[in-house]
Amino acid sequence: MTSGTSMVCVLLAGLALTAAPSLPAASVAAGAPAAAFQLPAAVGDPVSLADLKGQVVLINFWASWCGPCRQEMPILEQLYKKYKAAGFTLLGINVEPKSGDAMSFLKATPVSFPILFDTQSKVSTLYEVSGMPSTVIVDRKGNVRYVHHGYKPGDESEYLDQIRSLMRE
Amino acid sequence: MRLHLRARWLAAAAFGLGAVGHADVLPDDRTDVLFHRYDGGGVTVEGPSVLVRKKFGDAFSASYQYYEDLISSASIDVLSQASAYKEKRTQNNLNLDYLHGSTLYSVGYINSNEPDYKANTGFFNVSQSMFGDLTTVSFGFTRGFDKVGEVDKGVFQKYVGDAQHRNWQVSVSQVLTRNLLLGLNFETDESDGYLQSPYRGVRFVDPFSARGYSFGPAVAPSTRTGSAASAQLKYYLPWHAALEGNYRLYDDTWGVFANTVKFGYTQSLFTDWTFEATARYYWQSHATFYSDLYPYQDSQNFTSRDRELAQFHSLTLGLGASYEFHPGWPHWVNKGTLNFNYNRLHIDYQDFHDNLIPSLIPGDEPLYAYDASVMQFFISFWY
Amino acid sequence: MSNMHCCRIATLRLLGAVLLGGLLLGGCTPIQPWVKPYEREHLADPIMSFDRNPISSGYLDHVFEVREGARGATGGVGGGCGCN
Repeated sequence: MTSGTSMVCVLLAGLALTAAPSLPAASVAAGAPAAAFQLPAAVGDPVSLADLKGQVVLINFWASWCGPCRQEMPILEQLYKKYKAAGFTLLGINVEPKSGDAMSFLKATPVSFPILFDTQSKVSTLYEVSGMPSTVIVDRKGNVRYVHHGYKPGDESEYLDQIRSLMRE
Repeated sequence: MRLHLRARWLAAAAFGLGAVGHADVLPDDRTDVLFHRYDGGGVTVEGPSVLVRKKFGDAFSASYQYYEDLISSASIDVLSQASAYKEKRTQNNLNLDYLHGSTLYSVGYINSNEPDYKANTGFFNVSQSMFGDLTTVSFGFTRGFDKVGEVDKGVFQKYVGDAQHRNWQVSVSQVLTRNLLLGLNFETDESDGYLQSPYRGVRFVDPFSARGYSFGPAVAPSTRTGSAASAQLKYYLPWHAALEGNYRLYDDTWGVFANTVKFGYTQSLFTDWTFEATARYYWQSHATFYSDLYPYQDSQNFTSRDRELAQFHSLTLGLGASYEFHPGWPHWVNKGTLNFNYNRLHIDYQDFHDNLIPSLIPGDEPLYAYDASVMQFFISFWY
Repeated sequence: MSNMHCCRIATLRLLGAVLLGGLLLGGCTPIQPWVKPYEREHLADPIMSFDRNPISSGYLDHVFEVREGARGATGGVGGGCGCN
């Protein structure tokens, strides 16, 4: 193989791969009812999703080892404080099998919204979590309306728009 | 004697490549300040290096690195054919990364500058994360242009030749289990032009010389193509440790065939400390045209007595310690680490003799071997 | 340049081509990722990174390449948290 052919091969392969569709992120379909669950909370009694019907619920799947998740937490705290009186609630579901690191993180970066522990990954599987962090926004009727994968600074304006539109319903 | 020429371009390129970590997020914002020191075989090379990296917006990250080598050389080659010298090499790397979805594009430029060697290198790299972020594929291309000259007692004498390099890299990393990571790397390198050191000559039997041998000019081929393939595995151990194994195969058109085996063990302790132990074993066969002592002058079309092309094996053992801290000031610094790293290198040549030790019969001198200490001390900040 | 070296270089290049081919085909398979994003705790740990401190590994690679005949394929991509 000459050097010219090698170079062309590598470039073509590179372009082919970047253009190739990656596997579609499997996740819950928008419009479907949000799967019911009950999980232990960091503070107080276990929380069940069914109890929150009538409110707009933002479910955020996070882990202390995930950089973008940690970055997102203060933003979620601001969202929660702003809208909790208006029929909005936020659930931070920690997906780690052991909760030690999550508790250390929360001590350093406390939040006021409920933190739940999905140590058996049951709810993560139910909601087909395919990226970290993952955010699912559920409407007042208990249906999944919006799903987000990952977090980049600026995503919170999208969350705001979506929450506001759901609260107006 | 100056380091093997190809090695100098590689020295520049080594810093530019291999810094592309993950394709789904931009590299962390960080600054590292390093002090390095190599001491062995009559050569001391030390100097500082600073690497600064910062994100711009959501999609861009740029980095700049300054690196300096202060060389004080009285190596066996220098003492055989010239006299001890001191020299400074500086290198500047500029790198720009662009993240689009789960594809990371990188471009970079490296400039290496010393009195008798100037190298300019450009590189481009694409990294793609796929398959649920279990697989990362990376392609890279590097192009280098070197100008080779000759210096005598610190004064530039003349321009000797040019060298050009083209290099392609392919890397794949695959998450095998929640505790096991596999990396596969392939790289091919083509160089042409002036690919030898203007200061190094070859030894040939000379019955008219008092020592029984004389030095004459070396002649290296004007092209060189080499390929390397490596596999690495990293395994997470449940007591907050990691074990790494690495094997690399190399072959080129000059006849150098080399194997590298590396093991590393990393252990986290007491929350803030990380310790590391490494072992590296390397062995290579000599270039086909290499010889420590030729039967007479110009006995072959191509000749070289460069130790880098000889048959040898080397063992390097290393230890490292790292301490993580969270400075209260300045407030925009998240965390920092203090790091110290020591490597002890031992090289045994099988067909390079220590001609500085007089012998009745040339070529009968003891085989050359030496030990070297490589030390690094660096501080890193994340912000 | 002997035939054996030509063969070895050709073999290494063939390996590279097979790697590329495999990847292109891999993009079409219907297999689901077997390590879920929420199971990547260990992989996200800095000690599981192939290249934790690029300034240090870059320097050490340079120390070896300058004194040896071989170069390249030192690796360092991938793994990690898989976030975003």
